[in-house]
Amino acid sequence: MQLHPYDKLRAIRGNARASATEYIEGIFTDFTELHGDRRYADDPAIVGGLAYLDGTPVTVIAIEKGKDLAERVKRNFGLPKPEGYRKALRLMRQAEKFDRPIICFVDTAGAYCGADAEERGQGLAIAENLVELMAVHVPVITVVFGEGGSGGALALSVANRMLMLEGAVFSVISPEGCASILWKDAGKAAEAAECLRITAEDMAAFGVADEIVRENFADFPSMCAEMRTMLCRHLAELRTMAPDVVREQRYAKYRAIGEIAPIG
Amino acid sequence: MKLFSRLRRSVRGALAQTASRPADIAPAAPSPLKAAMTCPACGLELQPDVLERLLFVCPCGKHLRISVRRRLLDLCDTDSFRELASEVVSVDPLAFPGYGDKLAKAGKTSDESEGVLCGIGRIGGIDCALFAMEASYMMGSMGSAVGERITRLFEYATERRLPVIGFTASGGARMQEGVLSLMQMAKVSGAVQRHGEAGGLYIAVLTDPTTGGITASFAMEGDIILAEPGALIGFAGRRVVEQTTGSALPKDFQSAEFNLAHGFIDAIVKRTEMRATLEKLLRLNGQKAS
Repeated sequence: MQLHPYDKLRAIRGNARASATEYIEGIFTDFTELHGDRRYADDPAIVGGLAYLDGTPVTVIAIEKGKDLAERVKRNFGLPKPEGYRKALRLMRQAEKFDRPIICFVDTAGAYCGADAEERGQGLAIAENLVELMAVHVPVITVVFGEGGSGGALALSVANRMLMLEGAVFSVISPEGCASILWKDAGKAAEAAECLRITAEDMAAFGVADEIVRENFADFPSMCAEMRTMLCRHLAELRTMAPDVVREQRYAKYRAIGEIAPIG
Repeated sequence: MKLFSRLRRSVRGALAQTASRPADIAPAAPSPLKAAMTCPACGLELQPDVLERLLFVCPCGKHLRISVRRRLLDLCDTDSFRELASEVVSVDPLAFPGYGDKLAKAGKTSDESEGVLCGIGRIGGIDCALFAMEASYMMGSMGSAVGERITRLFEYATERRLPVIGFTASGGARMQEGVLSLMQMAKVSGAVQRHGEAGGLYIAVLTDPTTGGITASFAMEGDIILAEPGALIGFAGRRVVEQTTGSALPKDFQSAEFNLAHGFIDAIVKRTEMRATLEKLLRLNGQKAS
């Protein structure tokens, strides 16, 4: 049965789906977490480290919302702070240095909007990641497994390939925010969710998502095995390209996104 | 709507055509100001001729918003500015309720065809690529067309080895184009990265207001970042931050001065000193008059 876009978002925000750490454990082996941004703090909302993808060392960067309430509080409900994005930046640069592919996992309502985040340059932190993800020569693959919330999600989503779970969404603004700004009524969020076109199918139509992942939470291990196979296939394709071409392909992908009308 | 009866093209389709080149003809002059304005800071009533002479800076120091056309034509050497990528305009890719009307209205109130004006011009004889975002066009929000115009400008500047000077003023990504707007942040950042890697100089000038996805992309990607006095510069909106934090914020939160104190911008420059400052910075960075 086809879910309404807003119901998809509500399902993601609920507790029933897997969290980032569960995907990492299910897909990779020998995951070794690396902490801290070397500037200010370690942000628990972003988990990063090294792991093997079917024998190939990769850098893994994931937004982790947490499973139960206690962990959600600890992880700030998956709302990263500047230090989280800077940890990600540090790991991206390390990946480039050691020629390791970067695999990102995204599920966030957005970047954290607190006063402390503003004081430490939330905008700058995201901007630096966008530039770095355009600069690296190593393959970048992003898996959107939950909510792709605006700039805070984009900071880990500029990739050669974006895979999206069929129940995942990506949006420029939360449907609630959109409804309250445009119609002064957050209660119209479901309507906004439809207008904003946030589903995985929409993302594939826009050229944002490159492949949709079939969900099978009843048999999570085999779902992870399928995702591993999928990641290996994309990585193998990208590894046939020269490093400059990998980067060029990434730029070309985003260069082509958008719809305009030339006058005359 | 006339705008939407035109053939819609994806950027991919448009790219197959030749890239943008500067216009051959002089740009349209800024539309004359009809009425006096009252300074929101001190309440002084300013007549149109006075406003223009003062570059829309009140004697009290308050920097009022100035149209992009006035700003760029005033900044550049006489008759040196030529528009670039002005042929790129918005469509309504999601058939979003009310967007078509908003575009039409924005065109009328701003006298611009999109939320950013791009072009080439000279400052003190130095060739530059320039862009300025128009706050009166849907709050300077960035949709596909704004992203495409700025990207084409950076690509042109990279090809011609020109420095880029960009004035930001925006509420962020334009939600009526959904994720297509969000992806413009990535697209422009890619163009900035390539310009920078080729050795290009990019000076960002943050003006009131610079927020959301613009702060989280090319506003903060300048080699040098300047700001006008009192400009609002931040990622999340003040109300959202207050809701998140649960307490009132100091009055100067996210002001240019706040950003300077926290180390995010290089300097605050008055509009009346902008031209001289930019020329000096261009020369200090090895740019020479052609």
